[in-house]
Amino acid sequence: MIQLQNVHKSFGANHVLRGVDVTVEKSKSLVIIGGSGTGKSVTIKCILGLFKADRGKILVDGQDINTADRDAFLSRFGMLFQGGALFDSLTIWQNVAFRLLRSRLKKSQDEARLIAIEKLRRVGLQPDVADKFPAELSGGMQKRVGLARAIAAEPEIIFFDEPTTGLDPIMSCVINDLIREIVVEMGVTAITITHDMSSVRAIADRVAMLHEGKVCWSGSIQDMNQSDDPYLSQFINGRADGPIKAVR
Amino acid sequence: MISTLALIGRNTLSASATLGRLALFILATLRHTIGGPFYIREFWVALVQIGWLSLPVVGLTALFTGGALALQIYAGGARFSAEAVVPSIVAIGMTRELGPVLGGLMVASRVASSIAAEIGTMKVTEQIDALVTLSTNPMKYLTVPRVAATTLAVPFLVAIGDAIGIMGGYLVGISRLGFNEAAYLKNTVDFLEYWDILSGMIKGAVFGFIVALMGCYYGMNSSKGAQGVGTATKSAVVAASVLILAANYVLTEVFFSA
Repeated sequence: MIQLQNVHKSFGANHVLRGVDVTVEKSKSLVIIGGSGTGKSVTIKCILGLFKADRGKILVDGQDINTADRDAFLSRFGMLFQGGALFDSLTIWQNVAFRLLRSRLKKSQDEARLIAIEKLRRVGLQPDVADKFPAELSGGMQKRVGLARAIAAEPEIIFFDEPTTGLDPIMSCVINDLIREIVVEMGVTAITITHDMSSVRAIADRVAMLHEGKVCWSGSIQDMNQSDDPYLSQFINGRADGPIKAVR
Repeated sequence: MISTLALIGRNTLSASATLGRLALFILATLRHTIGGPFYIREFWVALVQIGWLSLPVVGLTALFTGGALALQIYAGGARFSAEAVVPSIVAIGMTRELGPVLGGLMVASRVASSIAAEIGTMKVTEQIDALVTLSTNPMKYLTVPRVAATTLAVPFLVAIGDAIGIMGGYLVGISRLGFNEAAYLKNTVDFLEYWDILSGMIKGAVFGFIVALMGCYYGMNSSKGAQGVGTATKSAVVAASVLILAANYVLTEVFFSA
Protein backbone atom coordinates (compact mmCIF):
# COMPACT_ATOMS: atom_id res chain seq x y z
CA MET A 1 0.00 0.00 0.00
CA ILE A 2 1.23 3.49 -0.86
CA GLN A 3 0.19 6.46 1.28
CA LEU A 4 0.92 10.12 0.69
CA GLN A 5 0.12 12.34 3.64
CA ASN A 6 0.11 16.12 3.25
CA VAL A 7 2.99 16.08 0.76
CA HIS A 8 4.39 19.47 -0.26
CA LYS A 9 7.01 20.21 -2.89
CA SER A 10 8.28 23.55 -4.21
CA PHE A 11 10.77 24.46 -6.91
CA GLY A 12 11.98 27.92 -5.94
CA ALA A 13 8.90 30.12 -5.76
CA ASN A 14 6.78 27.55 -7.61
CA HIS A 15 4.78 25.66 -4.96
CA VAL A 16 3.80 22.59 -7.03
CA LEU A 17 2.42 20.16 -4.44
CA ARG A 18 0.38 21.85 -1.72
CA GLY A 19 -0.62 19.00 0.54
CA VAL A 20 -1.30 15.88 -1.51
CA ASP A 21 -3.18 13.14 0.36
CA VAL A 22 -3.74 9.92 -1.51
CA THR A 23 -3.73 6.19 -0.77
CA VAL A 24 -3.31 3.29 -3.17
CA GLU A 25 -4.36 -0.12 -1.87
CA LYS A 26 -2.15 -3.14 -2.55
CA SER A 27 -2.72 -4.69 -6.02
CA LYS A 28 -4.97 -1.82 -7.05
CA SER A 29 -4.55 0.60 -9.92
CA LEU A 30 -4.80 4.31 -9.22
CA VAL A 31 -4.89 6.79 -12.07
CA ILE A 32 -3.98 10.38 -11.31
CA ILE A 33 -5.50 12.89 -13.71
CA GLY A 34 -5.22 16.64 -13.93
CA GLY A 35 -4.13 19.43 -16.22
CA SER A 36 -0.57 20.09 -17.27
CA GLY A 37 1.58 21.52 -14.48
CA THR A 38 -0.66 20.37 -11.64
CA GLY A 39 2.07 18.16 -10.13
CA LYS A 40 1.22 14.67 -11.40
CA SER A 41 4.77 13.78 -12.45
CA VAL A 42 6.23 15.48 -9.38
CA THR A 43 4.00 13.29 -7.20
CA ILE A 44 5.34 10.01 -8.55
CA LYS A 45 8.90 11.33 -8.64
CA CYS A 46 8.54 12.19 -4.95
CA ILE A 47 7.41 8.60 -4.23
CA LEU A 48 10.44 7.24 -6.10
CA GLY A 49 12.77 9.63 -4.28
CA LEU A 50 13.79 11.40 -7.50
CA PHE A 51 12.57 14.57 -5.74
CA LYS A 52 12.60 14.93 -1.98
CA ALA A 53 9.28 16.17 -0.58
CA ASP A 54 9.63 19.39 1.44
CA ARG A 55 6.95 18.37 3.91
CA GLY A 56 4.60 15.47 4.60
CA LYS A 57 5.04 11.70 4.67
CA ILE A 58 5.26 9.07 1.96
CA LEU A 59 4.77 5.52 3.20
CA VAL A 60 5.14 2.30 1.23
CA ASP A 61 3.67 -0.65 3.14
CA GLY A 62 3.84 1.50 6.26
CA GLN A 63 7.53 2.33 5.91
CA ASP A 64 8.68 5.90 5.41
CA ILE A 65 10.58 6.07 2.10
CA ASN A 66 13.25 8.25 3.71
CA THR A 67 14.21 5.53 6.18
CA ALA A 68 14.07 2.60 3.75
CA ASP A 69 17.18 0.95 2.27
CA ARG A 70 17.36 2.70 -1.09
CA ASP A 71 18.42 -0.29 -3.23
CA ALA A 72 15.90 -2.66 -1.67
CA PHE A 73 13.22 0.00 -1.95
CA LEU A 74 13.84 0.74 -5.62
CA SER A 75 14.07 -2.95 -6.53
CA ARG A 76 10.34 -3.17 -5.73
CA PHE A 77 9.50 -0.56 -8.38
CA GLY A 78 9.18 -0.49 -12.14
CA MET A 79 8.51 2.63 -14.14
CA LEU A 80 7.38 3.40 -17.66
CA PHE A 81 8.54 6.89 -18.59
CA GLN A 82 6.60 9.24 -20.83
CA GLY A 83 9.18 9.21 -23.63
CA GLY A 84 10.30 5.66 -22.91
CA ALA A 85 13.66 6.88 -21.53
CA LEU A 86 15.42 3.97 -23.23
CA PHE A 87 19.21 4.08 -23.14
CA ASP A 88 20.34 5.02 -26.66
CA SER A 89 23.71 3.32 -26.41
CA LEU A 90 22.29 -0.08 -25.44
CA THR A 91 20.41 -2.61 -27.56
CA ILE A 92 16.76 -3.34 -26.87
CA TRP A 93 17.41 -6.52 -24.91
CA GLN A 94 20.12 -4.80 -22.87
CA ASN A 95 17.63 -2.04 -22.06
CA VAL A 96 14.98 -4.53 -20.98
CA ALA A 97 17.47 -6.58 -18.95
CA PHE A 98 19.27 -3.53 -17.53
CA ARG A 99 18.42 -4.30 -13.93
CA LEU A 100 19.01 -8.03 -14.39
CA LEU A 101 22.54 -7.37 -15.66
CA ARG A 102 23.60 -5.11 -12.80
CA SER A 103 21.80 -4.73 -9.50
CA ARG A 104 21.34 -7.25 -6.68
CA LEU A 105 19.15 -9.25 -9.09
CA LYS A 106 22.18 -9.85 -11.35
CA LYS A 107 21.91 -12.80 -13.72
CA SER A 108 24.16 -14.20 -16.43
CA GLN A 109 24.08 -12.55 -19.88
CA ASP A 110 22.34 -15.57 -21.45
CA GLU A 111 19.72 -15.82 -18.74
CA ALA A 112 19.07 -12.06 -18.76
CA ARG A 113 18.71 -12.11 -22.57
CA LEU A 114 16.19 -14.96 -22.40
CA ILE A 115 14.14 -13.10 -19.79
CA ALA A 116 14.31 -9.92 -21.88
CA ILE A 117 13.06 -11.73 -24.99
CA GLU A 118 10.24 -13.31 -23.01
CA LYS A 119 9.21 -9.88 -21.66
CA LEU A 120 9.40 -8.43 -25.18
CA ARG A 121 7.05 -11.20 -26.34
CA ARG A 122 4.76 -10.37 -23.43
CA VAL A 123 4.35 -6.82 -24.72
CA GLY A 124 3.81 -8.01 -28.28
CA LEU A 125 7.28 -7.57 -29.76
CA GLN A 126 9.11 -10.19 -31.80
CA PRO A 127 12.53 -11.47 -30.68
CA ASP A 128 14.14 -9.92 -33.77
CA VAL A 129 13.91 -6.45 -32.17
CA ALA A 130 16.16 -7.61 -29.32
CA ASP A 131 19.40 -6.65 -31.06
CA LYS A 132 18.19 -3.35 -32.49
CA PHE A 133 18.83 0.05 -30.93
CA PRO A 134 16.02 2.28 -29.58
CA ALA A 135 16.43 4.80 -32.41
CA GLU A 136 15.48 2.07 -34.91
CA LEU A 137 12.01 1.59 -33.37
CA SER A 138 8.78 3.57 -33.73
CA GLY A 139 7.29 5.51 -30.80
CA GLY A 140 4.75 2.77 -30.06
CA MET A 141 7.42 0.07 -30.09
CA GLN A 142 9.61 2.15 -27.78
CA LYS A 143 6.70 2.41 -25.34
CA ARG A 144 6.35 -1.37 -25.42
CA VAL A 145 10.06 -1.79 -24.77
CA GLY A 146 9.74 0.66 -21.86
CA LEU A 147 6.88 -1.45 -20.56
CA ALA A 148 8.94 -4.64 -20.95
CA ARG A 149 11.80 -2.99 -19.02
CA ALA A 150 9.39 -1.88 -16.27
CA ILE A 151 8.16 -5.46 -15.73
CA ALA A 152 11.46 -7.30 -16.38
CA ALA A 153 12.42 -7.66 -12.73
CA GLU A 154 8.86 -8.59 -11.65
CA PRO A 155 8.28 -5.47 -9.51
CA GLU A 156 5.53 -5.19 -6.90
CA ILE A 157 4.74 -1.58 -7.81
CA ILE A 158 4.69 -0.03 -11.29
CA PHE A 159 4.33 3.63 -12.25
CA PHE A 160 3.18 4.64 -15.72
CA ASP A 161 3.90 8.24 -16.70
CA GLU A 162 1.56 9.33 -19.50
CA PRO A 163 1.75 5.95 -21.24
CA THR A 164 -0.22 6.94 -24.35
CA THR A 165 1.16 10.43 -25.02
CA GLY A 166 2.24 10.79 -28.63
CA LEU A 167 0.61 7.57 -29.81
CA ASP A 168 -2.22 7.17 -32.31
CA PRO A 169 -5.63 6.09 -30.88
CA ILE A 170 -5.23 2.45 -31.92
CA MET A 171 -1.75 2.13 -30.43
CA SER A 172 -3.02 3.95 -27.31
CA CYS A 173 -5.73 1.33 -26.96
CA VAL A 174 -3.18 -1.48 -27.38
CA ILE A 175 -0.90 0.02 -24.70
CA ASN A 176 -3.84 0.61 -22.32
CA ASP A 177 -4.98 -3.01 -22.71
CA LEU A 178 -1.43 -4.25 -22.18
CA ILE A 179 -1.06 -2.21 -19.01
CA ARG A 180 -4.38 -3.48 -17.65
CA GLU A 181 -3.47 -7.09 -18.46
CA ILE A 182 -0.06 -6.78 -16.83
CA VAL A 183 -1.44 -5.09 -13.72
CA VAL A 184 -4.08 -7.81 -13.26
CA GLU A 185 -1.83 -10.72 -14.24
CA MET A 186 1.11 -9.68 -12.01
CA GLY A 187 -1.11 -8.40 -9.19
CA VAL A 188 0.98 -5.23 -8.92
CA THR A 189 0.10 -1.95 -7.28
CA ALA A 190 0.01 0.63 -10.07
CA ILE A 191 -0.07 4.39 -10.32
CA THR A 192 -0.65 5.90 -13.74
CA ILE A 193 -0.60 9.58 -14.55
CA THR A 194 -2.39 10.69 -17.65
CA HIS A 195 -4.80 13.16 -19.15
CA ASP A 196 -6.05 10.63 -21.66
CA MET A 197 -9.55 9.64 -20.53
CA SER A 198 -9.50 6.40 -22.55
CA SER A 199 -6.47 5.35 -20.46
CA VAL A 200 -8.33 6.25 -17.28
CA ARG A 201 -11.30 4.06 -18.18
CA ALA A 202 -9.09 1.17 -19.31
CA ILE A 203 -6.58 1.13 -16.47
CA ALA A 204 -8.12 2.57 -13.29
CA ASP A 205 -9.61 0.92 -10.23
CA ARG A 206 -9.60 4.33 -8.61
CA VAL A 207 -9.09 7.85 -9.92
CA ALA A 208 -7.65 10.91 -8.17
CA MET A 209 -7.73 14.35 -9.70
CA LEU A 210 -5.01 16.86 -8.94
CA HIS A 211 -5.71 20.55 -9.16
CA GLU A 212 -3.44 23.33 -7.91
CA GLY A 213 -1.20 20.87 -6.10
CA LYS A 214 -3.95 19.06 -4.16
CA VAL A 215 -6.23 16.10 -4.74
CA CYS A 216 -9.52 17.84 -5.46
CA TRP A 217 -11.50 14.64 -6.14
CA SER A 218 -11.01 10.90 -5.80
CA GLY A 219 -13.21 7.87 -6.27
CA SER A 220 -13.88 4.83 -8.41
CA ILE A 221 -14.58 4.85 -12.16
CA GLN A 222 -18.31 4.48 -11.42
CA ASP A 223 -18.13 7.43 -9.01
CA MET A 224 -16.31 9.43 -11.67
CA ASN A 225 -19.01 8.78 -14.26
CA GLN A 226 -21.75 9.87 -11.87
CA SER A 227 -19.95 12.74 -10.17
CA ASP A 228 -21.16 16.30 -10.56
CA ASP A 229 -17.92 17.76 -9.17
CA PRO A 230 -17.38 20.86 -11.34
CA TYR A 231 -13.60 20.40 -11.63
CA LEU A 232 -13.84 16.72 -12.52
CA SER A 233 -16.74 17.30 -14.88
CA GLN A 234 -14.89 20.08 -16.75
CA PHE A 235 -11.77 17.92 -17.05
CA ILE A 236 -13.32 14.64 -18.19
CA ASN A 237 -15.60 16.40 -20.65
CA GLY A 238 -12.76 18.57 -21.95
CA ARG A 239 -14.64 21.87 -21.58
CA ALA A 240 -12.82 25.21 -21.75
CA ASP A 241 -15.44 26.83 -19.49
CA GLY A 242 -15.54 25.98 -15.82
CA PRO A 243 -13.69 26.46 -12.56
CA ILE A 244 -10.35 25.36 -14.06
CA LYS A 245 -8.87 28.38 -15.77
CA ALA A 246 -7.71 27.65 -19.32
CA VAL A 247 -5.17 29.96 -20.93
CA ARG A 248 -6.43 31.07 -24.34
CA MET B 1 24.08 52.84 -9.57
CA ILE B 2 21.91 50.51 -7.49
CA SER B 3 21.06 48.39 -10.51
CA THR B 4 24.80 48.03 -11.31
CA LEU B 5 25.51 46.95 -7.74
CA ALA B 6 22.58 44.53 -7.87
CA LEU B 7 23.94 43.07 -11.10
CA ILE B 8 27.40 42.59 -9.56
CA GLY B 9 25.80 41.05 -6.47
CA ARG B 10 23.68 38.66 -8.50
CA ASN B 11 26.63 37.54 -10.60
CA THR B 12 28.82 37.09 -7.51
CA LEU B 13 26.15 34.98 -5.83
CA SER B 14 25.63 32.95 -8.99
CA ALA B 15 29.38 32.34 -9.39
CA SER B 16 29.68 31.35 -5.72
CA ALA B 17 26.76 28.93 -6.06
CA THR B 18 28.33 27.36 -9.17
CA LEU B 19 31.68 26.99 -7.39
CA GLY B 20 29.94 25.37 -4.42
CA ARG B 21 28.01 22.96 -6.63
CA LEU B 22 31.16 22.12 -8.55
CA ALA B 23 33.08 21.43 -5.31
CA LEU B 24 30.28 19.12 -4.13
CA PHE B 25 30.27 17.39 -7.52
CA ILE B 26 34.04 16.77 -7.31
CA LEU B 27 33.65 15.35 -3.79
CA ALA B 28 30.77 13.14 -4.91
CA THR B 29 32.81 11.88 -7.88
CA LEU B 30 35.76 11.00 -5.63
CA ARG B 31 33.47 9.37 -3.06
CA HIS B 32 31.74 7.23 -5.70
CA THR B 33 35.10 6.26 -7.20
CA ILE B 34 36.16 4.62 -3.96
CA GLY B 35 33.12 2.44 -3.27
CA GLY B 36 31.75 -0.18 -5.71
CA PRO B 37 30.21 -1.15 -8.00
CA PHE B 38 32.63 -0.14 -10.75
CA TYR B 39 31.12 -0.41 -14.22
CA ILE B 40 33.96 -1.99 -16.24
CA ARG B 41 32.08 -2.04 -19.56
CA GLU B 42 31.31 1.67 -19.39
CA PHE B 43 34.94 2.33 -18.43
CA TRP B 44 36.27 0.44 -21.50
CA VAL B 45 33.81 2.12 -23.83
CA ALA B 46 34.88 5.51 -22.47
CA LEU B 47 38.56 4.56 -22.75
CA VAL B 48 38.16 3.67 -26.43
CA GLN B 49 36.01 6.69 -27.27
CA ILE B 50 38.08 9.17 -25.31
CA GLY B 51 41.58 7.72 -25.63
CA TRP B 52 41.82 5.80 -28.85
CA LEU B 53 39.52 7.99 -30.95
CA SER B 54 41.22 11.21 -29.77
CA LEU B 55 44.58 9.96 -31.04
CA PRO B 56 44.28 11.33 -34.62
CA VAL B 57 43.34 14.85 -33.55
CA VAL B 58 45.99 14.97 -30.80
CA GLY B 59 48.62 13.48 -33.14
CA LEU B 60 47.92 15.93 -35.97
CA THR B 61 47.94 18.88 -33.57
CA ALA B 62 51.29 17.74 -32.14
CA LEU B 63 52.80 17.11 -35.58
CA PHE B 64 52.05 20.59 -36.90
CA THR B 65 52.93 22.26 -33.60
CA GLY B 66 56.32 20.52 -33.48
CA GLY B 67 57.03 21.59 -37.04
CA ALA B 68 56.00 25.21 -36.45
CA LEU B 69 57.98 25.29 -33.21
CA ALA B 70 61.15 24.19 -35.02
CA LEU B 71 60.70 26.96 -37.61
CA GLN B 72 60.06 29.61 -34.93
CA ILE B 73 63.01 28.60 -32.76
CA TYR B 74 65.29 28.48 -35.76
CA ALA B 75 64.19 31.95 -36.89
CA GLY B 76 64.39 33.37 -33.37
CA GLY B 77 67.67 31.60 -32.54
CA ALA B 78 69.28 32.97 -35.72
CA ARG B 79 69.16 36.47 -34.15
CA PHE B 80 71.85 35.42 -31.67
CA SER B 81 73.43 32.53 -33.56
CA ALA B 82 71.68 29.86 -31.52
CA GLU B 83 70.10 27.82 -34.32
CA ALA B 84 71.64 24.65 -32.88
CA VAL B 85 69.25 24.67 -29.91
CA VAL B 86 66.26 23.81 -32.13
CA PRO B 87 66.17 20.03 -31.33
CA SER B 88 66.46 20.45 -27.56
CA ILE B 89 64.00 23.37 -27.32
CA VAL B 90 61.46 21.55 -29.49
CA ALA B 91 61.76 18.49 -27.26
CA ILE B 92 61.54 20.41 -23.99
CA GLY B 93 58.79 22.72 -25.28
CA MET B 94 56.69 19.83 -26.52
CA THR B 95 57.04 17.58 -23.48
CA ARG B 96 56.74 20.20 -20.75
CA GLU B 97 54.26 22.62 -22.22
CA LEU B 98 52.81 22.34 -25.69
CA GLY B 99 52.14 18.60 -25.70
CA PRO B 100 50.04 18.57 -22.52
CA VAL B 101 48.37 21.97 -23.02
CA LEU B 102 47.45 21.60 -26.69
CA GLY B 103 46.60 17.92 -26.22
CA GLY B 104 44.43 18.83 -23.23
CA LEU B 105 42.68 21.60 -25.17
CA MET B 106 42.02 19.33 -28.16
CA VAL B 107 40.64 16.62 -25.84
CA ALA B 108 38.55 19.31 -24.10
CA SER B 109 36.97 20.40 -27.37
CA ARG B 110 36.32 16.84 -28.49
CA VAL B 111 35.52 15.02 -25.25
CA ALA B 112 34.05 17.60 -22.83
CA SER B 113 31.54 18.58 -25.50
CA SER B 114 30.56 15.01 -26.31
CA ILE B 115 30.22 13.99 -22.64
CA ALA B 116 28.15 17.10 -21.82
CA ALA B 117 25.91 16.60 -24.87
CA GLU B 118 25.41 12.89 -24.18
CA ILE B 119 24.68 13.23 -20.46
CA GLY B 120 22.64 16.41 -21.04
CA THR B 121 20.46 14.59 -23.56
CA MET B 122 20.09 11.69 -21.13
CA LYS B 123 18.98 14.19 -18.50
CA VAL B 124 16.34 15.91 -20.64
CA THR B 125 14.97 12.60 -21.96
CA GLU B 126 14.65 11.24 -18.38
CA GLN B 127 17.25 8.52 -18.97
CA ILE B 128 19.05 9.59 -15.79
CA ASP B 129 15.82 9.29 -13.80
CA ALA B 130 15.38 5.87 -15.42
CA LEU B 131 18.84 4.85 -14.19
CA VAL B 132 17.83 5.74 -10.63
CA THR B 133 14.58 3.77 -10.85
CA LEU B 134 16.63 0.81 -12.11
CA SER B 135 18.70 0.91 -8.89
CA THR B 136 21.75 2.36 -10.66
CA ASN B 137 23.56 5.39 -9.30
CA PRO B 138 24.13 7.85 -12.21
CA MET B 139 27.35 9.13 -10.63
CA LYS B 140 28.80 5.61 -10.52
CA TYR B 141 27.43 4.60 -13.93
CA LEU B 142 28.06 7.77 -15.94
CA THR B 143 30.57 10.02 -14.17
CA VAL B 144 33.09 7.67 -12.54
CA PRO B 145 33.90 5.57 -15.66
CA ARG B 146 34.30 8.68 -17.83
CA VAL B 147 36.44 10.56 -15.31
CA ALA B 148 38.61 7.48 -14.66
CA ALA B 149 39.02 6.74 -18.37
CA THR B 150 39.92 10.33 -19.29
CA THR B 151 42.32 10.75 -16.36
CA LEU B 152 44.12 7.58 -17.43
CA ALA B 153 43.99 8.13 -21.20
CA VAL B 154 45.15 11.74 -21.52
CA PRO B 155 48.68 11.19 -20.06
CA PHE B 156 49.29 8.51 -22.70
CA LEU B 157 47.82 10.75 -25.40
CA VAL B 158 50.22 13.47 -24.22
CA ALA B 159 53.20 11.07 -24.35
CA ILE B 160 52.29 9.96 -27.87
CA GLY B 161 51.66 13.60 -28.84
CA ASP B 162 55.11 14.52 -27.46
CA ALA B 163 56.76 11.88 -29.64
CA ILE B 164 54.80 12.97 -32.74
CA GLY B 165 55.52 16.65 -32.02
CA ILE B 166 59.25 15.96 -31.70
CA MET B 167 59.01 14.02 -34.95
CA GLY B 168 57.33 17.05 -36.57
CA GLY B 169 60.24 19.21 -35.45
CA TYR B 170 62.69 16.59 -36.69
CA LEU B 171 61.05 16.40 -40.15
CA VAL B 172 61.11 20.19 -40.52
CA GLY B 173 64.65 20.32 -39.08
CA ILE B 174 66.14 17.92 -41.58
CA SER B 175 64.04 18.81 -44.63
CA ARG B 176 63.76 22.59 -44.31
CA LEU B 177 66.46 23.78 -41.91
CA GLY B 178 69.37 21.63 -43.05
CA PHE B 179 70.03 19.72 -39.80
CA ASN B 180 71.96 16.47 -39.89
CA GLU B 181 69.61 13.59 -39.02
CA ALA B 182 71.86 11.92 -36.45
CA ALA B 183 72.88 15.23 -34.85
CA TYR B 184 69.24 16.31 -34.52
CA LEU B 185 68.29 13.08 -32.76
CA LYS B 186 71.39 13.16 -30.53
CA ASN B 187 70.63 16.75 -29.46
CA THR B 188 67.03 15.79 -28.72
CA VAL B 189 67.94 12.79 -26.60
CA ASP B 190 70.90 14.38 -24.81
CA PHE B 191 68.96 17.36 -23.49
CA LEU B 192 65.69 15.64 -22.68
CA GLU B 193 65.18 14.46 -19.08
CA TYR B 194 62.71 11.95 -17.71
CA TRP B 195 61.12 14.66 -15.60
CA ASP B 196 60.30 16.68 -18.75
CA ILE B 197 58.22 13.78 -20.02
CA LEU B 198 56.78 12.79 -16.64
CA SER B 199 55.77 16.34 -15.69
CA GLY B 200 53.87 16.62 -18.99
CA MET B 201 52.11 13.34 -18.33
CA ILE B 202 51.13 14.43 -14.82
CA LYS B 203 49.72 17.61 -16.35
CA GLY B 204 47.86 15.41 -18.82
CA ALA B 205 46.25 13.41 -16.00
CA VAL B 206 45.09 16.61 -14.28
CA PHE B 207 43.78 18.02 -17.57
CA GLY B 208 41.98 14.74 -18.32
CA PHE B 209 40.32 14.86 -14.90
CA ILE B 210 39.22 18.45 -15.56
CA VAL B 211 37.86 17.66 -19.04
CA ALA B 212 35.69 14.72 -17.96
CA LEU B 213 34.58 16.44 -14.80
CA MET B 214 33.39 19.54 -16.67
CA GLY B 215 31.61 17.41 -19.28
CA CYS B 216 29.82 15.39 -16.60
CA TYR B 217 29.05 18.37 -14.36
CA TYR B 218 27.48 20.49 -17.09
CA GLY B 219 25.71 17.46 -18.60
CA MET B 220 24.20 16.46 -15.25
CA ASN B 221 23.10 20.05 -14.61
CA SER B 222 21.74 20.66 -18.11
CA SER B 223 18.41 22.47 -18.19
CA LYS B 224 15.54 21.23 -20.32
CA GLY B 225 15.34 21.31 -24.09
CA ALA B 226 17.77 21.53 -26.98
CA GLN B 227 18.90 24.96 -25.82
CA GLY B 228 19.75 23.58 -22.38
CA VAL B 229 21.91 20.83 -23.88
CA GLY B 230 23.57 23.34 -26.21
CA THR B 231 24.39 25.66 -23.33
CA ALA B 232 25.72 22.75 -21.25
CA THR B 233 27.97 21.66 -24.12
CA LYS B 234 29.34 25.16 -24.69
CA SER B 235 29.87 25.77 -20.95
CA ALA B 236 31.68 22.44 -20.54
CA VAL B 237 34.20 23.25 -23.32
CA VAL B 238 34.78 26.83 -22.15
CA ALA B 239 35.15 25.85 -18.48
CA ALA B 240 37.43 22.91 -19.27
CA SER B 241 39.66 25.04 -21.54
CA VAL B 242 40.01 27.89 -19.04
CA LEU B 243 40.63 25.50 -16.13
CA ILE B 244 43.26 23.63 -18.17
CA LEU B 245 45.17 26.86 -18.80
CA ALA B 246 44.84 27.92 -15.15
CA ALA B 247 45.88 24.49 -13.87
CA ASN B 248 48.81 24.49 -16.30
CA TYR B 249 50.15 27.69 -14.77
CA VAL B 250 49.76 26.36 -11.22
CA LEU B 251 51.42 23.03 -12.08
CA THR B 252 54.26 24.77 -13.91
CA GLU B 253 54.85 26.91 -10.80
CA VAL B 254 54.84 23.81 -8.62
CA PHE B 255 57.08 21.72 -10.91
CA PHE B 256 59.56 24.21 -12.28
CA SER B 257 59.77 27.39 -10.17
CA ALA B 258 63.22 27.64 -8.65
